[in-house]
Amino acid sequence: MDQQRGSGGDYTLAELLCCVAARMLEDNRAVFVGTGLPMTATMLAQRLHAPNIMMVFEAGGIGPRLPSLPVSVGDSRTFHQALVATTMHDIMSAAQAGYIDYGFLGAAAMDVYGNINTTVIGDWDRPKVRLPGSGGANDLGSFCWRTIYVMRNQSTRTFVNDLDFLTTPGYLRGPGSREQAGLPSGCGPYRVITQLGVYGFDEASKRLELLALHPGVSLNDVQTNSQFEILVKGQVPESEPPTPEERVLLQEIDPTGMVLGK
Amino acid sequence: MTDSIDILAKGQGELIGWHDPDEHRAWVRDHKPRGLVDKRMSIREAVESFVQDSDYLAIGGFGHVRVPMALVYEIIRQGRRDLVMAGKTGVHDIDVLIGAGCVSRVDCAYAFGHELRGLSPSGRRAVESGTVRVVSELSNGTYQWRFLAGMMGIPFIPVRGLAGTDTFDKSAAIVIEDPWSGKPVTLMPAAYPDVALIHVHRCDRFGNAQIDGIAIEDVELARAGRRVIVTTEEIIDEEEIRRQPDRTAIPFYVVDAVCEVPFGGHPGQMPYRYFFDEEHIGEWLSLSKTPEGAQEYLGRYVHGVADFAGYLDLVGGMVRMQVLATIEKGGRGKL
Repeated sequence: MDQQRGSGGDYTLAELLCCVAARMLEDNRAVFVGTGLPMTATMLAQRLHAPNIMMVFEAGGIGPRLPSLPVSVGDSRTFHQALVATTMHDIMSAAQAGYIDYGFLGAAAMDVYGNINTTVIGDWDRPKVRLPGSGGANDLGSFCWRTIYVMRNQSTRTFVNDLDFLTTPGYLRGPGSREQAGLPSGCGPYRVITQLGVYGFDEASKRLELLALHPGVSLNDVQTNSQFEILVKGQVPESEPPTPEERVLLQEIDPTGMVLGK
Repeated sequence: MTDSIDILAKGQGELIGWHDPDEHRAWVRDHKPRGLVDKRMSIREAVESFVQDSDYLAIGGFGHVRVPMALVYEIIRQGRRDLVMAGKTGVHDIDVLIGAGCVSRVDCAYAFGHELRGLSPSGRRAVESGTVRVVSELSNGTYQWRFLAGMMGIPFIPVRGLAGTDTFDKSAAIVIEDPWSGKPVTLMPAAYPDVALIHVHRCDRFGNAQIDGIAIEDVELARAGRRVIVTTEEIIDEEEIRRQPDRTAIPFYVVDAVCEVPFGGHPGQMPYRYFFDEEHIGEWLSLSKTPEGAQEYLGRYVHGVADFAGYLDLVGGMVRMQVLATIEKGGRGKL
């Protein structure tokens, strides 16, 4: 299922996820960008329909003309010919004060409310696998108006009922619980893009809801690759595959396959 | 306004690096230099003088960017033990310190990973086997606000993140009701590292430092650190500082030592000066897959040389540095 999907397409899964993500981003909005696929997707959006998208990086870069794909959100390319090269305090304050429309992150494991684990697998005290921790993810998930997650490996191991560790807030335990905990109101996870489809969150229950299926993926694939039940309302559309133009641009953005080759 | 303030939630993480604000003021009064004193010294002298076993250490920069690696290697060379690390997107720096057995605890926003380059074998092995303990969790944003509170000399700072998560539960933060809005608000305790290590582009002999590009959280960290060692690509004259005083990101009165170390951020990137040495970073990531490999790396690049100049020779000397400089100045990341 990783390669060679759809009619006439020899595009890769990473290319598809990138294109689907890029199309979600609106021009003239601020996007807080994480490392990896979020960067390539935002760069693609900037080269297509969103030339004035405001890219924000947690280490201090705002509005760069990215000359090539940064390997870190602190890489000097994140402020190459930028509008602002500032501090993390300035960036995080802007997010906390409500300036940032989209947060854009990768994630390892998620529950039905869009809560994310990037801290440990197993017990926190003596983990089976120690992961890096929050980094800036908890801040993005707390402060951005709409957070988008990209996950390449949706399975019963990554779409789980109970996270080993709740690193970054989605809707916590459901409607109202972000506000109850003290997080800013009216924000939270917006979309989740996996290798199988695109998801949003049901307005009333804040539970994950299927919005689109990728080419060649069935409803059954989506459900069997999740521990929790995924809401499906009516007819679900199919994701548009990458266009030739998008694929050419992605090749320019990541010529060595640093992100797209993975 | 309410008459009394209740604690609504309390993180169970260990409180690292906090001091009573009056105790800290007195410490500053008695220890920090307000005179224009020449603070130039060697890396060896700076580490001997200001880095002790069991210190709470915070390293400037971000990821592999503008990190004072010459100091990190010297701390290993001098065999410091039982350090408590601020894990604030620490990558190669914290990883080699852990591999060398210098670290016992981590206050963790981000560590044990190398961003896009993958997870860290050395850091993971240490935590998973219990030789290094993570004693608290937080986020990058809330960590730098702990330094902001430290810099301001206040005991805590209110923030609107972290709450409701396990990251909060394992932090040293608390949630109270905001007396004005009535909404829950998270209080981050101030943090004062025993030692802050920071690498800059230019600095005068007194410690007035300029940083090109993003300052990340080094403005706050330098002012919150009890002892501050600045390494610099070059020492510049005081008159150059005075010509553009708005460029002084770190002022002399918070700085204890100034060390001139060209390419002192290798194998990391120094914005506008030199690019990541992917070959060297890759060598560490590959060797550190086993404890023996990590020791081989440290034996060769740290203990096998007398100082950072010896290390630079070993990794390719000025020929290699010029290659990295050319890549960085071209703005293209190809090696």
